[in-house]
Amino acid sequence: MIPAAFDYKRAGSADEAIALLGEYGDDAKLLAGGHSLLPLMKYRLASPAVLIDIGRLSDLSYIRDDGNVIRIGALTRHRDIEISELLKTEAALLPEVASHVGDPQVRHRGTIGGSLAHGDPASDLPSAILALRATLVIKGPKGTREVASDDFFTGFLETAVGPDELLTEILVPKTPNATFGFQKFNRRAQDWAIVGCSVVVHNGTCGVGLVNMDSRPVRAAGVEAAIRGGSSAADGAASAADGCEPPTDLNASVEYRQHLARVLVRRALESAGK
Amino acid sequence: MQVTMKINGTTQSHDVEPRTLLVHYIRDTCGLTGTNIGCDSSSCGACTIHLNGEAVKSCTVLAVQADGQDLKTIEGLAPSSEKLHPMQQAFHECHALQCGYCTPGMVMAAVSLLDEVPNPTERQVRVGLEGNLCRCTGYHNIVKAVLQCAAEGGAK
Repeated sequence: MIPAAFDYKRAGSADEAIALLGEYGDDAKLLAGGHSLLPLMKYRLASPAVLIDIGRLSDLSYIRDDGNVIRIGALTRHRDIEISELLKTEAALLPEVASHVGDPQVRHRGTIGGSLAHGDPASDLPSAILALRATLVIKGPKGTREVASDDFFTGFLETAVGPDELLTEILVPKTPNATFGFQKFNRRAQDWAIVGCSVVVHNGTCGVGLVNMDSRPVRAAGVEAAIRGGSSAADGAASAADGCEPPTDLNASVEYRQHLARVLVRRALESAGK
Repeated sequence: MQVTMKINGTTQSHDVEPRTLLVHYIRDTCGLTGTNIGCDSSSCGACTIHLNGEAVKSCTVLAVQADGQDLKTIEGLAPSSEKLHPMQQAFHECHALQCGYCTPGMVMAAVSLLDEVPNPTERQVRVGLEGNLCRCTGYHNIVKAVLQCAAEGGAK
């Protein structure tokens, strides 16, 4: 399978990438690791006229300690997040979830920014970003702006990143000594989750992000409130699918996904010591 | 677009279409047909090569993305035509293949795995090779070979 023909532009800086986006508009797509975009292009589900390669912007690949947050550059690869000692200490849910993305070869190429900006509800990392209440930094022609994770995922494969903007950084609040759990149900190793969930419990608060339970990545706010109120894992997980509109496909019906969400959230809460 | 990259120690330069996949570049332009195409959708791992020392699936990388980088394919693994690489030797001794189609990718993935986890448990080998499918062996002898290679001094 070969993608449709496109023009290839290599950006030397974030500003150059933004300028190129301004020049080519909706005809252009950003290329980071390519592990979400290239399969879509090979299946001809996406046929951008111009690819703007930002994969060489090494100044956007970092994991830095900055007071109450960890700053992660958008081009940081899943592998680098998976093995980061800083993240294992300060936000341990994230490297755990990163270690379940795809397979080792995919994690050597795929980037956190690429995964998040792709906005796929079946991806693992958005659930962690939602559970951890991360903040996304978006750069455009008018400067940078910060978007809360709750406002970032706006629809199926749609995010708050505008057509002339670039996701540059993810700010993850430190949660040292937090307990956490990640659950992913799939039929084959390395496959997308049929349903999954990220759970983090920290200082009496609880964050629960769901994978593949709606047209966009969503939180299970009812579970979070129940756990904050002192509910057991089993009682809290009972509302895991409330308000969700999960897809139905060859792998699972709506009812089966709702069932999976309740079971997996309970297990993840139990992993987190609830 | 002109791309230049080092493949198995030799620098090569060719003109490619931007949409050329790295695996097609390696096989068709460079003539290195040891790297196989299996699923063509980054699931099976048959096209696994090393990009700057790390295993990647070359069906999901554009040749232009690898411009200026250092690549190694299965042809570049053995130290000489008389001597196999320790991982290839372990696959040979443990009969870690039947039809052989997955083998080049499996070996490249296994070498990359031992580079990151030099003394893996059986579980770590199985999980570490989850990106590579084999339809013949049931994986048992492949896991055995990787563990033997690690025990005998690794994949260097």
